[in-house]
Formats: sequence, structure tokens, C-alpha cells
Amino acid sequence: MRTFYPADMLKILKYSLFDLTRSRWTYGYFLFYLIFTFGLLYFSNDVSKALISMMNIILILNPLIATLFGALYFYSSKEFAELLLALPLKRSSIFLGKYFGLSLSLSLSYLLGTGIPFAFYGIQATGQIWNFLLLTIAGLFLTFIFTGLSFLVSIRFENTIKGFGISIFIWLFFAIIYDGIFLLTLLIFEQYPLDKYALIMTLFNPIDLSRVLIMLKLDISALMGYTGAVFNKFLGTGMGMIVAFGSLVIWIVVPVFVFTRFVKKKDF
Amino acid sequence: MIVINNLQKTFGRNEVLKGINLNIRDGVITAVLGPNGSGKTTLIKSILGMVVPGGGSIEMNGKSIHNDWRYRNQIGYLPQIARFPENLKMKELIRMIKDIRRSEGRVEPLAETFDLKHAMDKPLRHLSGGTRQKVNILLAFMFGSPNYILDEPTAGLDPLSLIRFKELLITEKNKGKAILLTTHIVSLVEELADDVIFLLEGNIFFSGSVDELKSKYGSQKLEHSIANILSGRHA
Repeated sequence: MRTFYPADMLKILKYSLFDLTRSRWTYGYFLFYLIFTFGLLYFSNDVSKALISMMNIILILNPLIATLFGALYFYSSKEFAELLLALPLKRSSIFLGKYFGLSLSLSLSYLLGTGIPFAFYGIQATGQIWNFLLLTIAGLFLTFIFTGLSFLVSIRFENTIKGFGISIFIWLFFAIIYDGIFLLTLLIFEQYPLDKYALIMTLFNPIDLSRVLIMLKLDISALMGYTGAVFNKFLGTGMGMIVAFGSLVIWIVVPVFVFTRFVKKKDF
Repeated sequence: MIVINNLQKTFGRNEVLKGINLNIRDGVITAVLGPNGSGKTTLIKSILGMVVPGGGSIEMNGKSIHNDWRYRNQIGYLPQIARFPENLKMKELIRMIKDIRRSEGRVEPLAETFDLKHAMDKPLRHLSGGTRQKVNILLAFMFGSPNYILDEPTAGLDPLSLIRFKELLITEKNKGKAILLTTHIVSLVEELADDVIFLLEGNIFFSGSVDELKSKYGSQKLEHSIANILSGRHA
């Protein structure tokens, strides 16, 4: 017996996309980014400044939306999943299909919502195209990572309220609490050399990682912050970006892998 | 044909199935009865591979279902709750299931029987509960599977659809299909079931025909026999 059956997974993915791309939520997310990005470009008149503002929104909003939609989609399609489970399909095909279906549909809203305004304002001509692409890639990473994390929480907890609560806490933790604790430890232990500690701490937060990835490319030292500077100092721009990329990939792969382990063992 | 041997399942400390032995024969409608929490759903889910049994074995047409998933193309399953992706149209849902099963099935005659043709182009979220249940029936029966598992199949059906559904069941039974049915509707059991299994607290309390059940638990009416079993348990 083959252990992996991608054709079945792609079927589930395809129909999840059919379903999701017609959902009001998907359009809402798309329209938000469209209006927001147009507005930003219109008012700032400066593409590089607009990119920094974009980054600050994307680093918070993409993980939040992926977290919320992940839990919402997982719990609301639970009964239908039971119908699928009774069909000749591997469990992993069903749930990976759903995961990629949702991640791709969110990515599509985000890509079009931010891409159309930037294309309209002629990002190609400004020399900022690579910065924009890198920001886009970071946003995609965050979408896939946080969809994976919320799926992982949702399969683990039968109770919808609990699942939602924990998913949102994970977002809150990485978006806000983590940095707070991190800064606090830096302050408390300021007389010790903390560079390596800071480097390692950054690897364990996908939002910080994405920020560092973009900052390294933008190369604005004033905005790079402590972790960005540490990355730059220890690894240089090129190596720093490779490490950040690699860590982000691990942040997708590990939760999704653990998720499929849960899927295999679960009693539905 | 489904053969179940000494099937056990425990959730936490709760022993839900305590060693079930059961043959679901071809050409026979087997009704599984029992109060809420007696293990009916867990039994069905074990056969479908949704619940991983704690012990015992399940064989379908002579092959163990353990660690397999392909055997499920021999099952038509009718779940209790009909919830579908809300933005898909009915015909897209049917297309999806056909894709997954790699088979065309027979949609037309069933859509005709259950008066579903006019709704093919509607998004599934606009369908009423009864119509959804009819879509469910269509999905379960369109592939002519050799085994059927039906969980409270008649919920929400109007009288005409109910009659047609019963006719469909009889036809399939006469084609030699093995049919497993759970329901709380006693008249349905009396009308359709050849074999009756009565589950109580994870054990098979009774197994036999409807008439045997009636004569053993002393009543002309199946309803009262069942009531006798249940009240006897508390006595």
C-alpha cells in the first residue's frame, strides 16, 4: 500500500478552494487589503514608507486571520469531514487537502488584495519590487504557519470554544506576549552577553522571524531593532536570510506533521 | 457481509463497547436498537474506520479492515446530520463524491425518485433540512455499494420521500446488499428489519428477528417489548 496518495488530497484541496473562494469571508479579507493598500499608497506617496506600514499590518493581521479562519473552518466543516471519512480516502488526504485549501484561499485574497494596488502604482519602476516580493513571501509564510497551528489546536480539542480560545492565545502570544517577555529578560540580564540568546529566541517566534527577514533586506539599521542587528552581526545579510527562511519552513512543516499524527490517531 | 468479532472500545474510563459479536448478512436489513449512549454510534463508526477499536476484529467481505482505507468503497454511508460545504452547489458536491470514488454512479434515477433535479444548481446552504437529507441519501446510494450503513436515515423526510426511501431499501436488500440501520423509530424497524440487534450498555442484549423479540419480551407491540426491556433494566 502506498503511504501517500496525493491525487486524493488534491481533490479535497480543489473542492475546498471552490467552496472557500465563494465565501463572504474570503471576499471581505480581499477587500480589506485592497482598500487598505490603495489608501496607504495614496496617502504616503512614498513606496518604501508604505512598505514599512504594510509590514507592520501584515505581521499582525495575517497570523490573526489565519488563526481565526483556521479554527472557524475546521469546526464548521467537521460534520462534512465525517462524511468524507466514510469514503475510500486516507485520513491524511482529507485533512491535508483542507489545510492547503484554506491556506491557499487566504493567500489568494492577500496576494490579490495587496498585489493589485502595488501593480497599479507601478511598483516595478520604483526599484522596490524585491522588497515588496519579500514582504509578500513573509505574509504567505505567516498564513501557512498560523493556519497550521490553529488546525493543530482544533484537532486536539473537541470543544469549539476551547479550540478558539487556545488558537487566539497562540496568536496573542507570538504577536505580543512573546516580545514582552523577551524584552524583559533582555533588561534583567543586560550585563550578560545576550546576542546568541536573542538569536535563538527569534527563531522560536515566526512573527519575529518574518520581521527580521524583511528588515535584513530593507537594510534600514534604525528599524532593524536588536534582533535584526544580531542577525546581521552573526550571520550577515545573506546567511541571515537563509537561516530565517529555513526556520520559517520548519515552522510550517513541524505543526502540519504533528497535525497529521493527531489525525491518524483520533477517534472521530 | 460484515463480520464483527469481540469488538471493544473504551473512551477514557468509559467502556462503550464490551465485546460485540455480530454478523451483518447479505440480503438482510439489520436494525441496531438501543437507548442513547448504548454504543450504536461507536459501533457504526468502528465499522467505518472513524473510531479505532480497542480490541477485536471487523471483516468486510472476508477481509480485515484494520489499517486499510480502500475497503470503504464497498460502503454506502448515510450520516445522521447532513452538513455540506455551504458555498458548493448540489451538482458540484455530487461531482466531488464521484471524483473521490472514481465512479460515475447513478445520479439521474435517484434524483428523480427524490425530486432533487430542480435543486441541482442551488448552493447547498439554501436547501432545507429535509432536502439535505435527500441529498445525503443520493450520495449514499448512488454507487450501488454492497454494504450500507444508515444512521437515523429518515430524520426530516416528508411522507412521500419516506415511502420512496423504504422502497429503495427493499430493492437494495433484494439485490443482496447488507444493510445496517440504526433508528429510534419503532414502526420503521417493524416494517423493514429482518434482524434486530438490541444494544444495552455496550453489550448485545438481544439478537434475533422482530417476532422473536416480541415473543421473548411479552408484547404484541414492538414498542412495548422495547419498553419492557428498558424498564426491566431499571427494575
